[in-house]
Amino acid sequence: MASGPALDAAAGTREEDGAGDRVLGRHERYRGKFPINVQGLRNSFGDQVIHEDLDLSVRRGEILGVVGGSGTGKSVLMRSIIGLQIPDAGQIDVFGRSITTGDPDDVVGVRNRWGVLFQGGALFSTLTVGENVEVPLRKFYPELSEKLTHEIARYKVRLSGLPEEAVNKYPSELSGGMRKRAGLARALALDPELLFLDEPTAGLDPIGAAAFDELIRELKEALGLTVFLITHDLDTLHEICDRVAVLADRRVIAVDTVQRLMELDHPWIQEYFNGPRGRAALTAQALDELRKHMDMPIAANAVKALDNSAKGKA
Amino acid sequence: MERYAAFEVTEGDGPGATMTLSGPWLVSTVGAVEGDFAQAGEGVARFDLSRITEMDTAGAWLIARAAQSRGAEIAGANERAGRLIETIGGLESEGDVSAPRAGLLTRVPERMGEMIYNARSGTYGIMGFLGALILAVGSIVRHPRRFAGKAFVRQLELVGVSALPIVGLMSFLIGIVIAQQGAVQLAQFGAETLTVNLVGRITLRELGVLMTAIMVAGRSGSAFAAQIGTMKLTEEIDAMRTIGISPMEALVIPRILACVFMMIVLGFYSMVMAILGGAFVGDLLLGIPFATFLARIQEVVPIYDLWVGLIKAPVFGLIVALAGCYNGMQVKGNSEEVGLRTTMAVVSAIFAVIVLDAFFAVFFTKVGWS
Repeated sequence: MASGPALDAAAGTREEDGAGDRVLGRHERYRGKFPINVQGLRNSFGDQVIHEDLDLSVRRGEILGVVGGSGTGKSVLMRSIIGLQIPDAGQIDVFGRSITTGDPDDVVGVRNRWGVLFQGGALFSTLTVGENVEVPLRKFYPELSEKLTHEIARYKVRLSGLPEEAVNKYPSELSGGMRKRAGLARALALDPELLFLDEPTAGLDPIGAAAFDELIRELKEALGLTVFLITHDLDTLHEICDRVAVLADRRVIAVDTVQRLMELDHPWIQEYFNGPRGRAALTAQALDELRKHMDMPIAANAVKALDNSAKGKA
Repeated sequence: MERYAAFEVTEGDGPGATMTLSGPWLVSTVGAVEGDFAQAGEGVARFDLSRITEMDTAGAWLIARAAQSRGAEIAGANERAGRLIETIGGLESEGDVSAPRAGLLTRVPERMGEMIYNARSGTYGIMGFLGALILAVGSIVRHPRRFAGKAFVRQLELVGVSALPIVGLMSFLIGIVIAQQGAVQLAQFGAETLTVNLVGRITLRELGVLMTAIMVAGRSGSAFAAQIGTMKLTEEIDAMRTIGISPMEALVIPRILACVFMMIVLGFYSMVMAILGGAFVGDLLLGIPFATFLARIQEVVPIYDLWVGLIKAPVFGLIVALAGCYNGMQVKGNSEEVGLRTTMAVVSAIFAVIVLDAFFAVFFTKVGWS
């Protein structure tokens, strides 16, 4: 019998007080319903108010897409949730701990439970991809042996869909798509329960973007992730998001499935989902669904008819 | 709830032993048992996961690899654990996490070779840049209307007018230091009055222009490199070219002209400020009245000392501006290069200025302006 003695004696004493709002021990995963809970958030830069009275809850185990026009503060919302942007007012709870009012140590207590993929990847340019993945591991779990740390870095890189050789390459030697995957590998380094993705498919070609979507869905299912996903990509919304939050008028005006959102009578939502690009993404999605059932005669005929009509128009 | 990862080996009825794992097997907890786990259980034929409370990829990785290396089977995994082990188990990979690094004996010669090679391409680059510059000057002389007048005036302001406070303060302080330190030494020979000669000649001939050139290299040379380099990165320069604007005419020539012209003005201003600083010390510490100090300067400093300084000034300005613009135009690839090239612009400009200054010193002495 072997066990880790005195590993977190300090956490043990802290845990007893305050049963409702307790610090998660390092041996536990979050079991609550809403890992992210934002209430009455207000953000502003100078005179310009970005968010006003914004509420948002993210359910455990879902992929929540966040959409909104340029400048509606999608990235600011993400930065507020991960504690990079101090809001003017409002309450943000992550894993049941307050990000806004808690003291810095408590905030650190949740930092090893989330992974963030920034828009440009934000890889440390002086380190190789593998070393980038090792940075959070070494920071939070220095007790892991050198060998295991290397192994974890290697399988995380493979898990993110990068080839084996990429592990000892520098970020500058990778293409844009590979850099995103490397950023994802680093975001996954600590086996987070919560993953923040800021426009993961922006700047990728359609094939790469589709592959990235698929990867995120697979990872979410295999690892049991909750994903907070900022995107402009309509295909991503249709393909992988369980729910979509729409940012407009300085708050979240609706959170629902894409199907239900399209029925809402809001000018921006109508424009967004029922505009030419929105309809194209929807048609593609419908065709995909039909093709999956090609063995059924009705579906096969429908696909043929749709394909032919598309050709006829062109 | 158990809080530590643990394992136990029991001899079962069947062939081989069973290892029962319990508690959370997470990246945060496996560190404590990892070493024992790797060594334990030589003859284990079965891993029983039914008592594991939590698992993540790190736990799955350890278990999958242990099972694989011992040829053991995994039992009692719940749905999530099974999925994790299946996903992670197939991701075996070998190889180093850090970039390959050659030995010292390879790296030193390699680096030296690289430097020599770069020196060659650097020489080509400078020649090419000078050629393009001369062509651009020629085309502006032929078509004076293409001269970017507004940019030139703007650069005059940035290089010259904005530098007045800092150059003035620096020169004033240098004048003070020379006068004060010189006076202490000269007092040993009872020749404090020679402080006037010291301050006047050294600031006019050498320090005024030299220190100004160093300051301009730090202020403007670096700014040229960073501005042009950033424009290069954001493809502004390419955009200019496609519209038919020559970046040489629009960016480089105004900067170089402004720098050359302003170096003369700033150099002269610096000399004046340094002498004022010296006179200030003379008045305060040496008992030489302010006006007398200035009058003595006129008597003891030959006029060619001023020419020595003012002839050097535009040359130094040219070097500083050339280094800045050339390094800016050489930026390619990533933003890191901008920083690198900016540093290079300042260092090479200051180095070239000091080397040239030495040549000038010898030259002017030889021609009798000593």
